[in-house]
Amino acid sequence: MRLTAVDLACHRGGRDVFGGVSFSVSSGEALAITGRNGAGKSSLLRTVVGLVRIAAGRLALEGGDPELTIAEQAHYLGHQDAQKPSLSVGENLRFWAGFFGGKAADIGGPLEAVGLDALIDLPAAYLSAGQRRRLSIARLLAVKRPIWLLDEPTSTLDAPSQQRLAGFMRMHLTEGGIIMAATHASLGIGDARELRLDDRAAVQG
Amino acid sequence: MSPLAALLVRDMRIAVRVGGGAFMGVLFFLVVVTLVPFALGPDLALLKRIGPAILWLAALLANLLALDRLFAADHEDGSLDLVLMSRAPLEIVVAVKGVAHWLSTGLPLIIAAPLIGLLLNLDARGDTTLVLTLLVGTPALTFIGLIGAAIAVALRRGGLLLAVLVLPLTVPVLIFGVAAANAALAGPVTFGTPFVILCALSLASLVVGPFAAAAALRQELE
Repeated sequence: MRLTAVDLACHRGGRDVFGGVSFSVSSGEALAITGRNGAGKSSLLRTVVGLVRIAAGRLALEGGDPELTIAEQAHYLGHQDAQKPSLSVGENLRFWAGFFGGKAADIGGPLEAVGLDALIDLPAAYLSAGQRRRLSIARLLAVKRPIWLLDEPTSTLDAPSQQRLAGFMRMHLTEGGIIMAATHASLGIGDARELRLDDRAAVQG
Repeated sequence: MSPLAALLVRDMRIAVRVGGGAFMGVLFFLVVVTLVPFALGPDLALLKRIGPAILWLAALLANLLALDRLFAADHEDGSLDLVLMSRAPLEIVVAVKGVAHWLSTGLPLIIAAPLIGLLLNLDARGDTTLVLTLLVGTPALTFIGLIGAAIAVALRRGGLLLAVLVLPLTVPVLIFGVAAANAALAGPVTFGTPFVILCALSLASLVVGPFAAAAALRQELE
């Protein structure tokens, strides 16, 4: 499986966010997207997942399920947590697991993995920012999808949770997954390649 | 559970929890209709004559209440992004949200309507026809409302725009809904004619609503 972009450009709100971005990530590889605030890290992830229209360039996935779009084979962890405050931790995760076609019964394992199993009946309104983020991460574990697109995944997480997330990412890579993460900090998974979004063009290091 | 069933169950759950729209809509309906006899005075003949119109207007407004949160809440917390990434077509997803909205706000109104018809001096026959017109007509209100809710999704105070967009579109439903209810009570037209047109309006909105709303959502989230 190989995710390739050639000369990708993004145009939002009447201005060019980025242009000429090319990269290629294969199974088992992680790509860290870095750059100053406003360089288009989040927009790049949203472009890959189809939430923002591609202004120019090509984006292709080789070796995936030809019946499905890239978005349908990807998990997107955005800034917003997509949790409903009036539903409990368990109900929130069970919904996303069911909605993404997983088995709704299998939420015990993922919740335990992110350390929220004791709070399964607590309404999500009472969760802290870090706990909500961990609940979102549990979604990636509950339903298997080969591509993970993570937007500053470590923000709001404490040190043990960051290590746990790094563990999940390493496991996902050894299972042949692809990770693209917009980040300012180190991802903590060793040899992640870096895509730096600069003012002009993107440089893949 | 299939993705769409999961969505339906979730939306219903949110609707009946604290802050959800289900009870708010039916309470608003009760309050508005209760106020009318106080405002008009105890003229039973007058109440009976305008009763169906009052109930229909109240149902229309109650239906709007929960509508502005239908997509806006999902947009604000990021759920809508994930919903757009689902393997189910967006049109179907939108239709399922419409069904959940109707079950949580339209259906309670219909259940409450016979009871509250008593306040407006409607007899059993009047109540039955009114319930029948609401049962057929409220899905049209919901599915026309979907379009407005989708257009107003990204706006902070979209509720007002929603009302301005949606209410004019519901005029035909209102006309034929009230006409059918009145026809059964007073004539001169038969009940069947306006009722069949009301059914047609509902069926058309069931088809057009999800497609228009899905198109609006796709545009909006660019």
